[in-house]
Amino acid sequence: MHHEAPIVTFLGLQFNLANILMITVASAIVFLLAVLSTRRLAMKPTGMQNFMEWVMDFVKNIINSTMDWKDGGRFHILGITIIMYIFVSNMLGLPFSVVVDGTLWWKSPTADPAVTLTLATLIVGLSHFYGVKMRGAGAYGREFFKPFWFMFPIKIIEEFANTLTLGLRLYGNIYAGEILLSLLAAGLATGVGGTLAAALPMLVWQGFSVFVGAIQSFIFCMLTMVYLAHKVSSDH
Amino acid sequence: MKGVNPLVVTNSLVLGAAAAHTGVNWGDIIFQLVMFIILMVLLKIFAWGPLMGIMKQREDHVAGEISAAEQSRVEAKKLLEEQRSLLKEARSEAQVLIENAKKQGDIQREEIIAVARTEAERIKESAKLEIEQQKEKAVSAIREQVASLSVLIASKVIEKELNAADQDKLINEYIQEAGDQR
Repeated sequence: MHHEAPIVTFLGLQFNLANILMITVASAIVFLLAVLSTRRLAMKPTGMQNFMEWVMDFVKNIINSTMDWKDGGRFHILGITIIMYIFVSNMLGLPFSVVVDGTLWWKSPTADPAVTLTLATLIVGLSHFYGVKMRGAGAYGREFFKPFWFMFPIKIIEEFANTLTLGLRLYGNIYAGEILLSLLAAGLATGVGGTLAAALPMLVWQGFSVFVGAIQSFIFCMLTMVYLAHKVSSDH
Repeated sequence: MKGVNPLVVTNSLVLGAAAAHTGVNWGDIIFQLVMFIILMVLLKIFAWGPLMGIMKQREDHVAGEISAAEQSRVEAKKLLEEQRSLLKEARSEAQVLIENAKKQGDIQREEIIAVARTEAERIKESAKLEIEQQKEKAVSAIREQVASLSVLIASKVIEKELNAADQDKLINEYIQEAGDQR
């Protein structure tokens, strides 16, 4: 379904207010979730603290599967934040979307390529930053000419491809899911019969979208660590 | 849950919200970037930091407990060894004490028996001596009695004069005879 986007121009920059809203909401939810579940910390964890510790261990395992903990430990917080933020973002558009006067206000922030590509660029940028910081500019630069010097252009293309695929994979999955949801909701659910007919596929697709959203957040976190490991570890 | 979509459905399936306008939402991009960094920093301060702290603390606690347990195990082993050796010592000491007591008892018994034996010997000796003396006394008393009696009897029965020498001789003969008969 096509809806207008609430775009305003401020200081010469275009702002999609829906994105601004949803980014803020997603960030707020992640923040509240994390802070509320870690408000009463105990040596013997209970309830939400257990869950958060599980998330931490989960991300820790992802990092450990790609690089040494002594290199990757510093990315732990980045990883947890990424996986939580993207998961919550993916979930936001599932239960409903809000359209006011033809303008789409409530959706997944990750259903916008600008948002996902921003995150992807941030990750790839960080990988270059840490590559230089942890291995030195020389070792970092030589990495582009391995195993053969003529691989250099391919390596350069690879960096851009990484960025694009990392961002667009997430965007594509989530956006497609939302398109289908809004098709089912708006296109089919007209009248009683249509609503009844749409209910079951809607349910199925929402369940599948939860799965896809979880998998995509995991993949994003995993690839983040893989790209970082590529630049940070010396044994590649 | 149904999509909240009260509005007219258009059939134009245009890909992406970006297609509705031209240009890039640089504002969104910057906002997302800033928001994400702020979120990460806030979470680090308010959530992940403390959570990691407590996890580290627990890790340390567990490690400490394990090493403490190890240490107390070693200590217990040492104490056990010590107690065992002490027990052994006490046992051997007791053995020695019993041995000594036994020896002491044997010596004492020997002593007591010896003393009793000598005492008995002494009592026997003195009893023998007494008997001998009594016998001597009795014999001399009888001798006297017999002498006077025989004199009396002789003088009365025979009524014949005898001198003292003959009389003594006669008495001694009689006594000799009496001693032989005994």
